[in-house]
Amino acid sequence: MSKVFPSAREALDGLVFDGMKIAAGGFGLCGIPEELIEAIRALKVKDLVIASNNAGVDNFGIGILLQTKQVKKMIASYVGENAEFMRQYLSGELELEFNPQGTLAERMRAGGAGIPGFYTKTGVGTVIAEGKEHKDFKGKTYILEESFVADLAIVKAWKGDPEGNLVYRKTARNFNPNAATCGKTCIAEVEEIVPVGSLDPDHIHTPGIFVNRLILGEHEKRIENRTLTE
Amino acid sequence: MWDRNEMAARAAKEIKDGMYVNLGIGIPTLVSNFIPKNLNVTLQSENGMLGMGPFPKENEVDPDLINAGKQTITELDKTSYFSSADSFAMIRGGHIDMAILGAMEVSDSGDLANWMIPGKLVKGMGGAMDLVSGVRRVIVIMDHTNKKGESKLLKECTLPLTGKGVVDSLITNYGMFDIVSEGIKIIEIADGANLEQIKAVTEGNLVI
Repeated sequence: MSKVFPSAREALDGLVFDGMKIAAGGFGLCGIPEELIEAIRALKVKDLVIASNNAGVDNFGIGILLQTKQVKKMIASYVGENAEFMRQYLSGELELEFNPQGTLAERMRAGGAGIPGFYTKTGVGTVIAEGKEHKDFKGKTYILEESFVADLAIVKAWKGDPEGNLVYRKTARNFNPNAATCGKTCIAEVEEIVPVGSLDPDHIHTPGIFVNRLILGEHEKRIENRTLTE
Repeated sequence: MWDRNEMAARAAKEIKDGMYVNLGIGIPTLVSNFIPKNLNVTLQSENGMLGMGPFPKENEVDPDLINAGKQTITELDKTSYFSSADSFAMIRGGHIDMAILGAMEVSDSGDLANWMIPGKLVKGMGGAMDLVSGVRRVIVIMDHTNKKGESKLLKECTLPLTGKGVVDSLITNYGMFDIVSEGIKIIEIADGANLEQIKAVTEGNLVI
């Protein structure tokens, strides 16, 4: 059985349903699974619960699923730069759960590692801690955060082989390795599919066991904040 | 009175050789301009990078290489990249020596508010809550007063907190301060400012 699928649409076959939970890699517009997001939009599944650090911009990234009102709830750490997101949130059409960025990453990591929850100092004494179990360890107070397991993880990598081994490039790695592990199924889209054996086994970032399906994608790689040296 | 660059320069004096430092958005970003070149200082960017270089030239721009402010950036010979979970293991595990960040309000017990104004657009806390609770030393750079001239150094923060009892030091246009058990201790007064002025613009308990 090959993990390589001919397109994002075909890779999503049998995996999407209304109300599903999705974990998406990416930070801002860097390292986002562009083609899988577009294919999810085309499939018109709705009431999605999406865990992703950001919600894209109005016409790119997860923002395009907001345009079509396919998202019921976002779990994110930062959602600036997105007017349609704010409109839907302020009108009550969209639920929003803010997670501190490290808590979101750890929820995915723990979810993928079979750990149902963890204690952290982050958020103690803030609104994030409200309603959560508090516990002291060695004189310091921590809160219990539950891990996150998604029905589907969608990630973007630089190179992948047909076994599903992935290598990311620079800061496009970000949430992708953590999101990849926390999906019951994971689809990776890559810039290049290389033959098995051509990746150095010591340099693989995500071992293929975490990746169920693989597609070759074309990526716009839009830059959100082009800043040059003076 | 210190301007933005002078506040950044004062913060840079706190950075020692060998430190790993996370700089926030705004004035804290300017701090990197004042780190002496003879020090080996490594800047962390919480989206997954240690060893952040300067902003790129036009021909160096790489969409796969950005900082936590989503700005294009460059790498150095010593740079390493890692996942978000590893990045926050560094931050939450106490491996980062110093975080320098902006704030809206600080209390005299070190509470920090910098992520949310009720009734206004809320963008999110990003990594700020993790940084202030996990990094060994937290330094805030901010104006001493708001646009109405009211103190931002308070007995109690009025805005939702980013962290409770997390601020170690504070640099404002009036000087440098440490948060100690009795309150806000004056460490250094900016040129052109004086003690009477600082008393007048500080609501929180001052330790002189």
